[in-house]
Amino acid sequence: MTTSTVTAQAPAKPSGRAAAPDPARLRRRRTLAQWGFVVPAVVFMVLFFGYPLVRNVVMSFQHYTPKTFFTGEAPFNGLGNWSNVFQDALFGKALWHTLVFTAGSLLGQFCLGLALAVFFSRRFPLNGVLRSLVLLPWLVPMVVSGVVWRRILDQDTGVLNAFLGTLGLGGDTPWLTSPGMALLSVILVNIWIGVPFNMVILYGGLQEIPRELYEAAALDGASAWRTFRSLTLPMLRPVITVVLVLGFMSTVKILDLILALTDGGPADATQTLGTLTYQNSFVRLDFGAGAVVGNVLILVSAVFAVLYLRASRTEGK
Amino acid sequence: MVSRTPTPARRRWGHTVAGVLILCVMLFPLYWMLNTALQPASGLLQVDPVPSGLDLSGFSKALSDQGGHLLTSLAVSLGAVAVCLAIAAPAAYGLARFGLRGSRTIVFGTLITQMVPGIVIANALYDSYVDLGLVNTHFGLMLADASLGIPFSIVLMRSFMVSIPGEVIEAAQLDGAGPVRTFLRVVLPMSRNALITSGLFAFLFSWSDFMFALTLNTTDEVKPITLGIYQYIGAHVGDWGSVMAASVLSAVPAAVLLVLAQKYIAAGITGGSVK
Repeated sequence: MTTSTVTAQAPAKPSGRAAAPDPARLRRRRTLAQWGFVVPAVVFMVLFFGYPLVRNVVMSFQHYTPKTFFTGEAPFNGLGNWSNVFQDALFGKALWHTLVFTAGSLLGQFCLGLALAVFFSRRFPLNGVLRSLVLLPWLVPMVVSGVVWRRILDQDTGVLNAFLGTLGLGGDTPWLTSPGMALLSVILVNIWIGVPFNMVILYGGLQEIPRELYEAAALDGASAWRTFRSLTLPMLRPVITVVLVLGFMSTVKILDLILALTDGGPADATQTLGTLTYQNSFVRLDFGAGAVVGNVLILVSAVFAVLYLRASRTEGK
Repeated sequence: MVSRTPTPARRRWGHTVAGVLILCVMLFPLYWMLNTALQPASGLLQVDPVPSGLDLSGFSKALSDQGGHLLTSLAVSLGAVAVCLAIAAPAAYGLARFGLRGSRTIVFGTLITQMVPGIVIANALYDSYVDLGLVNTHFGLMLADASLGIPFSIVLMRSFMVSIPGEVIEAAQLDGAGPVRTFLRVVLPMSRNALITSGLFAFLFSWSDFMFALTLNTTDEVKPITLGIYQYIGAHVGDWGSVMAASVLSAVPAAVLLVLAQKYIAAGITGGSVK
């Protein structure tokens, strides 16, 4: 393939098409060689992204049992899985938790990320070093963050409650062990993980805003808050859309953090579509039910993928 | 040029102090991880704010329990990086420069893949992995982990390769180099930075992977450190010192890469997402 490509191109060297004996054949050969660059990636993505999407839809109509993996039999059962999943009260809860978890995480990550981005946009000594070290929480494996926070949030011996106790603010909050608190705690930890990512992207966006605009605003006597609201936020809008939509797509499917912190408990209080898919398929070995929940999860993110693509199109012009 | 009132020096250092405080809050949980790891005797009790001595027994226990899992993570991640770059770099070049029919659709598809949840992939692929004998193999996990980096790398490298001047590539072709030679000798060396950034992220994605490790392995044969730690807390609830020591060890690559390659990391976060 390689050698034939080289020889095929050699005659075309001096002035291109005109000198070649059979331009159509040469062009076809060249196109073929060019596709050689792209095809492996396309095949890989079809196998690892396209196929699972289709397969998951098919699986949601099949009856899987723990025996399936010995017999290889998973007969079609119509809408059986779908009606089972939808009738289970846990599904509605998981859907709700997913939305709350995602919205809460994004809100916190974005606000704190924006505040830090604005803060780091000022010039001061050691700015660069501090700004890059803040990234560390985002780079540590999520399971590890989950495990660390599990220790910190421990009701009796965790450092957070010890600290709150010293301040006289209670200090016996059951962060992860009470069904009423657990989802909030998981959201708070996820905010901590996501702030650096939001900060870096928003910081990049802030650097793109022309300095002259700020100088003009200052000449007009605009207050800092007014400048932020009427200049910074509107100029930052495309970047904000991208950061929120990307954040949505990566947050809605989070699984590792929740498993490490609470395993979906207590009393299913932190069960999300992601963890429910996992539990259905890989714990109960009911892959059909897992596929149903997975499909709903995809549907939810698909809505936001459309938003993302529209945002990135206006972005790239 | 444009006059800018210089901020008084004292106020600028005031910002530095505030920045350090922010950093302390953000990094506190990681400090606590290290601190707990150095107090293995505390077990289930409260941990002192500062370790009283240098008790490394937690680390030695973590190394003997989890050392193998660290090596598994390293091997799988390096393999995933190799697969990822070998597939993504040529594709990025092809999509950036050849103007093939369907290029736009492929780029579009690459962006779309970011919304496919990993658990859905695992759900659908588990069957095939069993049939193909890829379950419980390093190679199987490596392939799955490569899927975490490939779309990102294609997007990142493509946006870089688009900006390589056309004359450079035409000059190579005039010298008689075919597309493969041009790619290897001219395009890849020029794209060094984008390659490094992609490779770094592919490594970090794979190193952090937990979901594929959890779902595509049914035995203990192939166990990366993330899965090791997760099962550790299940089995050693009382032994937080060792769990945290293992966590510290698993966070080392991220910390090292951040220090050594911070410009690539920042470039990757912005370039891979916005472009």
